[in-house]
Amino acid sequence: MTAAAALLERDVPVATRVLTLPEHTIEIVSDSGEGAQKCGQIFGAVCAKMGNGVWTVEIIPAEIQPPPRIAEGASGIRIRFATGPVTNWGDQTDLVVAFNEQVLVGRHLLGALASDAIILLENSWASNPDPDIKAAWDQALAELSGYGYRIIEVPMEEQCLTVDDNPRKGKNMFALGMLAYIYDRSLERIEEQIAYAFRRKSEAVYAKNVALMRLGYGWAAANLDFRIEIPTTPPQQALVVMNGNEALGMGALASGMELCAMYPITPATSVSHYLAEVFRKFGGILHQAEDEIAAAGVAIGASYAGKVAFTITSGPGLALKTEFIGLAVMAETPLVVIDVQRGGPSTGLPTKVEQSDLLAALVGQPGDAPHVVMAPATIEECFHSVVTARQIAETFHTVVVILSDANLSTGVQPFPRPQLRKEWLAPELDLSPVEEGRRPYEWDPRMGTSTRPVPGQPGGMYTLTGLSHDEASKVAYDAGIHQHSTTMRSRKIAVLQQTLLRPAIYGDHEGDLLVVGWGSTKGAIEEAIDRARAEGLHASSTHLTFLSPLQPGLKEIFSRFRKVMTVEINYSDPPGEPFITEENRRRGQLAMLLRAQTLCDVDCWTRVPGEPLRPGLIHAAIRDATIGLAGGRA
Amino acid sequence: MTSHCAILPIFDDDEREFALNDYEAGMPRWCPGCGDHSVLTAVEKLLVAEQLKPEQTVFVSGIGCSSRFPHYLKTYGFHGLHGRALPVATGVKLHRPELEVFVVMGDGDCCSIGAAHWIHATRYNMKMVALLLDNSIYGLTKKQTSPTTPQGFKTNTQPFGTPLPPLNPLTTTLGTTNVSFVAQTAEWIPAHLYATIRAAYRHPGFAFVRILQRCPMYTEGLYNETVKNPGMVELLVHDDGVVPPEIDKIYTNRITHDPSDLDSARRLAEYSDRIRLGLFYRNENRARYDLLVRPPKVTSSERIALLNEELDHYAI
Ligand SMILES: Cc1ncc(C[n+]2csc(CCOP(=O)(O)OP(=O)(O)O)c2C)c(N)n1
Ligand code: SF4
Ligand SMILES: [Mg+2]
Repeated sequence: MTAAAALLERDVPVATRVLTLPEHTIEIVSDSGEGAQKCGQIFGAVCAKMGNGVWTVEIIPAEIQPPPRIAEGASGIRIRFATGPVTNWGDQTDLVVAFNEQVLVGRHLLGALASDAIILLENSWASNPDPDIKAAWDQALAELSGYGYRIIEVPMEEQCLTVDDNPRKGKNMFALGMLAYIYDRSLERIEEQIAYAFRRKSEAVYAKNVALMRLGYGWAAANLDFRIEIPTTPPQQALVVMNGNEALGMGALASGMELCAMYPITPATSVSHYLAEVFRKFGGILHQAEDEIAAAGVAIGASYAGKVAFTITSGPGLALKTEFIGLAVMAETPLVVIDVQRGGPSTGLPTKVEQSDLLAALVGQPGDAPHVVMAPATIEECFHSVVTARQIAETFHTVVVILSDANLSTGVQPFPRPQLRKEWLAPELDLSPVEEGRRPYEWDPRMGTSTRPVPGQPGGMYTLTGLSHDEASKVAYDAGIHQHSTTMRSRKIAVLQQTLLRPAIYGDHEGDLLVVGWGSTKGAIEEAIDRARAEGLHASSTHLTFLSPLQPGLKEIFSRFRKVMTVEINYSDPPGEPFITEENRRRGQLAMLLRAQTLCDVDCWTRVPGEPLRPGLIHAAIRDATIGLAGGRA
Repeated sequence: MTSHCAILPIFDDDEREFALNDYEAGMPRWCPGCGDHSVLTAVEKLLVAEQLKPEQTVFVSGIGCSSRFPHYLKTYGFHGLHGRALPVATGVKLHRPELEVFVVMGDGDCCSIGAAHWIHATRYNMKMVALLLDNSIYGLTKKQTSPTTPQGFKTNTQPFGTPLPPLNPLTTTLGTTNVSFVAQTAEWIPAHLYATIRAAYRHPGFAFVRILQRCPMYTEGLYNETVKNPGMVELLVHDDGVVPPEIDKIYTNRITHDPSDLDSARRLAEYSDRIRLGLFYRNENRARYDLLVRPPKVTSSERIALLNEELDHYAI
């Protein structure tokens, strides 16, 4: 008899042990379409609202509708929450709610479960009339029993059928109720959050979901012998909680941009889903173009005619926008391009995180096309990066690419509520006449920038061209003019670079190892640095927000460490692989860039696991990298 | 002065009067005898006749001989990428609906590399004039086959003759959902050319005009016979059509065609022995994307208030 079955036999509430812990990581996993993500989103939002640090990340199978009950089909969500701030998804899961044993096996095989994980497992499969299902269940449970997991069988389907005759629709709320009980979450807040999640559905739908949630709560109260307390600290300041794509969308609203042209592509699309709901009332247009090329063209046409516009995409779409990005650089038309990176090349891993578009974003355009590339590292930075990108694009009449990724896109984290400012918004168009004799590309050698008259301005008429052109925008094949205009387009980037801050160092300003990261890996890298330093390793890290231009001071900072190593979610040849030598080794993309820019021997540790980097793995890489360095272990 | 949009007339009490030299910029660099010259002349005539404010007018083009067009005008211009004029024009019009937008494309530009945009721009039906300068060849890159090159015609990429029959830009456009204006004219009949472009300009939607254009450099002779012999041309005539009286005596082959009749338009647009010029189709009541998606004007303070409300939903 399983433990849970034994528990069920009692009709008196079981004695409850309460464990108080600084943090816990949970997962809800199911076949796709069973609402596990919604359950986790609600739970995560409530944790954040009650004052826990939270990071949630969605577990998305590659197929939209994988067959049911297969290990690779695991769909769901991980929520890591703590008394203090949480900056990444952590290493392994401490508690899992699984709607079938196969998706559980999937997570087990990926090493996602802590060795002592508590598992709440739907047990209707055990008595399924289909002998194959029954056999699969038996085999899976036999396999899983060899580890230290505590498996608690839960009659979710049986329970849910008392409220809803479609059990596939109700388990997620039942699970939410169980979690609410285990972690003692405020039911009032949970119900508020359910109401928000189902705000477009009827009152009856809301009522049914609440009933299911309460059923799960009651079942857990009657049958579980433990509760877990993750103490909350009520937030000291106003916070908001959202995912990275919502933050990008809201950042766009805060930047005052009025036109977004896009073509649907995972994992970028949900930015436009968000904007589609609200943009119009902000005076904006979300244009779903016929393809990514058109989307870039529409955005550039709008920018040329007025306020900076933007386009949102992921890797394959970025490739298609290449020619237009080159045109915007050449014509000095401001443009913001958001690339929510996924695994590549080609269609790659559409739903999974990777940081492999860096070089394509930097130098993907044929010809010399200097422009700006920046990468938010947190959900909060997703918001602010769009405001900054708009301002840089307008100030320097250039293209700004924002590299987010699939980890940030669905990751949810609370952050200080932005205090909105009018200066963030694109100013109203100035359609006053252009002074007599003023030419559109009168490059100012101090800034490299030029005039950019806007249609509607009398006296400013000119024909923008992607051909090499002189100050009057006249097509010019003269070598001197091409040299000069190319210099000016490059100078803008140098001028911007001089205004940037040196990157902050996390940890000591000198030591054995400096880890350099960019984008969504920041939280995991810094957690790994904390662990390494706690063991006495002399490791620090720095995280680059700007990739083009690079922030100042890198060479000098690097010189204070015995070794510099990037950590990135892209491919590099691991040393020691067959055929790999120091000479032919392909390195991580940031490492290539830093080596070229600083002439320092920058090493790299990179992986493409199709999931965010776990701090534990980075920690291990830091240990390996510091072996034999002079400072060594303290 | 015509303005199709009531938003923000900038010079309300504008007393300026525009003459030809307010629109002309520089000497066109097309070959002597190139049909693009006549199109430019007709367009300049339209700008003067309609008194379009140079600063309120934008010519968007792609890449090709024909796409040099905006450089020869003193309006705003956007000489962008090969095949991509229509998306750029779409962006200009969506963001700045008060601007007058003209698009100039070559046959390679519009019907080959930019074909996807052509279909969709037709369906968006935004207010703009789209001029297809169709010389049946790639001019700028020196005589490669274009989608409209006649079957058998020898080019540098198909020296033994173009194997396939040409694509028909008229039937393609007429076959697209939400099409609202399709006309065909020829640059060597200036009166017809001008009247057609003017009708296109006055159309409240996407006005597609295919202009048969001579390229003496690479398709010399293609239209020699047609130019010399008006009998090879057939004019579509109707009270609602485009029929400049000046050519009454010369072009006597006529077919009465009601431009509201789409079926008949599609039939007449098929290639035949004679070249048919005139207004094939016009429908002023088609859905217009630019009007449908136009957002309200929102002030900075309103934006901030709205965003604060939005943040409230996500507040802890
Ligand atoms: C992406 C891209 N591919 C190819 C070219 C080369 N190219 C320039 S113009 C042109 C074709 C021009 O033909 P058409 O559009 O008919 O214009 P025309 O010169 O005949 O007026 C080509 C292939 C280019 N500029 N860009
Ligand atoms: S090559 Fe043909 S289309 Fe181009 S300018 Fe010369 S005549 Fe005109
Ligand atoms: Mg051509």
